[in-house]
Amino acid sequence: MSVIVLLLFASISVASLFLLAFLWSVKSGQFKDEEGASIRMLFEEYTAKPSVKKLTTNRQNKN
Amino acid sequence: MPTYTTTKKQTTCFHCGENCTNTALKVEDKNFCCQGCKTVYEIIHQTGMCNYYTLHASPGATQKQKIRENKFAFLTDAEIASKLISFKNSTETHITFYLPHIHCSSCLWLLENLPKINSAILSSKVNFARKEVDIIFSHTQISLENTADLLASIGYEPYISLQNLTRNGNTYNNAKLYKLGVAGFCFANIMLLSFPEYLGIDEKEILLANVFRYLNVVLSIPAFFYSGSEFYISAWKGLQHKFLNIDAPIVLAIIITYFRSLYEVFTGIGGGYFDSMSGIIFLMLAGRVLQEKTYEQLNFDRDYTSYFPIAISKMVNGKKTVVSLPNVQLNDTLRIHQDELIPADGIITRGKALIDYSFVTGESTPIQKEMGEIVYAGGRQMDGDIEVLVIKEVAQSYLTKLWNNQADKTSKPSEQHTFVHLLSKYFTWVVLAIAFMAAVYWQFYNPSLILPSVTAVLIVACPCALLLSNTFTNGNILRIFGNNKLYLRNAQTIEALANITTIVFDKTGTLTTNQHAVVEYNGTPLTQYEKQLVASLAAQSNHTLSRALCSYIGYPSELPVLAFKNHVGLGIEGFVDETLVAIGSKEFLMLQNTTIDNTTQVYVAIEGRVKGKFSVGNQYRENLPKVLSTLSTKYQLAVLSGDNNGEQPYLETIIGRNAPLLFNLKPTEKLSLVKQMQQQGKNVLMIGDGLNDAGALQQAQVGIAVAENTNTFTPASDAIIDANSLAKIEQFLLLSKWNKRIVLAAFTTSLLYNIIGIVYAVQGQLSPMIAAILMPASSITIVALTYGASGIVARYLGLKNYE
Repeated sequence: MSVIVLLLFASISVASLFLLAFLWSVKSGQFKDEEGASIRMLFEEYTAKPSVKKLTTNRQNKN
Repeated sequence: MPTYTTTKKQTTCFHCGENCTNTALKVEDKNFCCQGCKTVYEIIHQTGMCNYYTLHASPGATQKQKIRENKFAFLTDAEIASKLISFKNSTETHITFYLPHIHCSSCLWLLENLPKINSAILSSKVNFARKEVDIIFSHTQISLENTADLLASIGYEPYISLQNLTRNGNTYNNAKLYKLGVAGFCFANIMLLSFPEYLGIDEKEILLANVFRYLNVVLSIPAFFYSGSEFYISAWKGLQHKFLNIDAPIVLAIIITYFRSLYEVFTGIGGGYFDSMSGIIFLMLAGRVLQEKTYEQLNFDRDYTSYFPIAISKMVNGKKTVVSLPNVQLNDTLRIHQDELIPADGIITRGKALIDYSFVTGESTPIQKEMGEIVYAGGRQMDGDIEVLVIKEVAQSYLTKLWNNQADKTSKPSEQHTFVHLLSKYFTWVVLAIAFMAAVYWQFYNPSLILPSVTAVLIVACPCALLLSNTFTNGNILRIFGNNKLYLRNAQTIEALANITTIVFDKTGTLTTNQHAVVEYNGTPLTQYEKQLVASLAAQSNHTLSRALCSYIGYPSELPVLAFKNHVGLGIEGFVDETLVAIGSKEFLMLQNTTIDNTTQVYVAIEGRVKGKFSVGNQYRENLPKVLSTLSTKYQLAVLSGDNNGEQPYLETIIGRNAPLLFNLKPTEKLSLVKQMQQQGKNVLMIGDGLNDAGALQQAQVGIAVAENTNTFTPASDAIIDANSLAKIEQFLLLSKWNKRIVLAAFTTSLLYNIIGIVYAVQGQLSPMIAAILMPASSITIVALTYGASGIVARYLGLKNYE
């Protein structure tokens, strides 16, 4: 039965990865601009975008 | 309605899509409405960015209003610049500009390709929802001022206001989203781990059962302490104000569930109700996030700082310097350029002023002021440059006082008075009574069942169903309103809207558009040729009245204009096709001093002979008259205007003779009139657009600010409506009334689940499995019911047919 315990921990770790991915996406500002991304993906050439995270942390340093 | 006499087909501007009055501005086969649009096109064309025009047809902003040279000179001021810049190191500078024109995919594409237009721009990223662009540029190669100029040159003029100095932008709060994510994670895992318990785990596998149970305990910790904190804080705040809000009984239920579950696990009796608890937290948070999804690009609390410019030109010893607005002092001489705002009360010392006060006072026509006269802050100079001696500081000016004109805010809807909170109060008492009776009963028959039954009653009957029906209905109705371009500040406004009995309108800018249009022509009839003469002359000027004339007559063909002369504040003249044509005020053409109150009349003289006059007025918004007549059968209507009573007879015909129609009102009078209506027991909805309505908007139960487009400046209000949606106001009011019915219907349905739960609970037989089935079933029913019902009602009211 110990295999169930093993599976349990495996499944919870996978779920935690998704939780982390979600938290990271919130932090990186993906939910700040929901419309922009839907337009950007239709452009033929992809324009490099600056790391939003960098911008926000800089802002915090300044204050 | 103006009738176009033009015979040719209208051409539209390749850049901005406006009608071209001048067919001479062409590049290859592309027409432009003005020199500005053509210049922007040329810049974009040169840099190889023409993809801009293929992504979206005519994506640009009209450039008819020329941007003054050196407009952004104030950005060279280190103090101002340091407030705007978010980050700076030895090589690069980061700055965020607000560009009101951002509206389509072309905008986004062009702006994110800025580095290709100018290599000194290192990167640029658009936030579409907030209409902002984050730019990183190398300040060794390009200055901040030139960066702003670059944006302006491609048609995206940054909007920089005094507010940028005081606030560091809106801080976006992600806390609820984090909490929601954590709650979702815990809920899903706990539910999975609870299955073995429900399905009956073998007695021999007690070790395994304990693993499941203790894992649940661990997973419930973040859900209980972190995600649930949203509700504890809110309930605690309510208690501090001696008010039992809807969160209080919910918090009680969550805490009881949690500790009873812990007790069960640690004593080994059972698995507890961790899944129900985390599920409730998750669903209620989801409802809150939905309901409080705010319209980020909108600002409901604007003060004068976002209306005022950040800096202004000051004259020192005949030389122009730039001074930031807070540093303007008494006795400074300010230079106000055309189309600039007067930031402080002052006396005109040079030039003739033609000031548009429509936003501040509601007067529809610009006012002329001579040298030596006092001008008040908030007016916009329309024609030429003037100099003004400051007699009152910015913070003490007339405009600022208007803003601080505090309305009595007790009439505003507060959370405490919403029916949901009242309902939850009764509900809580009933639940407590049932729990008490169960306790008394078991006291006599089986005292060991007191604790299980009481806690079970409290768990199963927490008013989360009421909260869920409320938040989900509100959230969906806010969304429907938003899709129809009515943006409410918060959910409480829906209920306030439903209780409205009286609707008060402002006239200028609300019932009418801000655009001037020729209403009629009086005098000797003009021939087609003469009309063309007038239009060709008027096309030379950017004055609002000239533009109204142009669009009235149309622009069939262009005639050459020679010796064009602009007499600021009076009129214009010139030889059109070798004929002397003059248009302007009565004073200008008849060379007599008349009282200057007729700026709405444009006189025309050809070869020195006065032919007649065009009357220019504000146009009524489309469909509004019809909407007003229907509304007048159900609501009491009133019009409070700061303008003159010129249109009283017409207004009477559309809103009825009995409705109060008052003109020439001061802002304070509007406020006190609204207050009077409220004292008569009426629930007032005020719809206005200008600063002169600010007090009344605050005083009324609901104040809706009208905006031509949602970027424009609006006074503080409970809601912002797009001018084109004003015609749907009746449907909006009806939908807000449905809100309460839908919440009640959903709640009643969920009560059925509660009753089933209580039947088990009072017997002390509420197993975790029954709780785990009842809770999601009732929640799903509520969500489906609220969404379905509000959607059906919206469709029925015709609010689903938006693009």
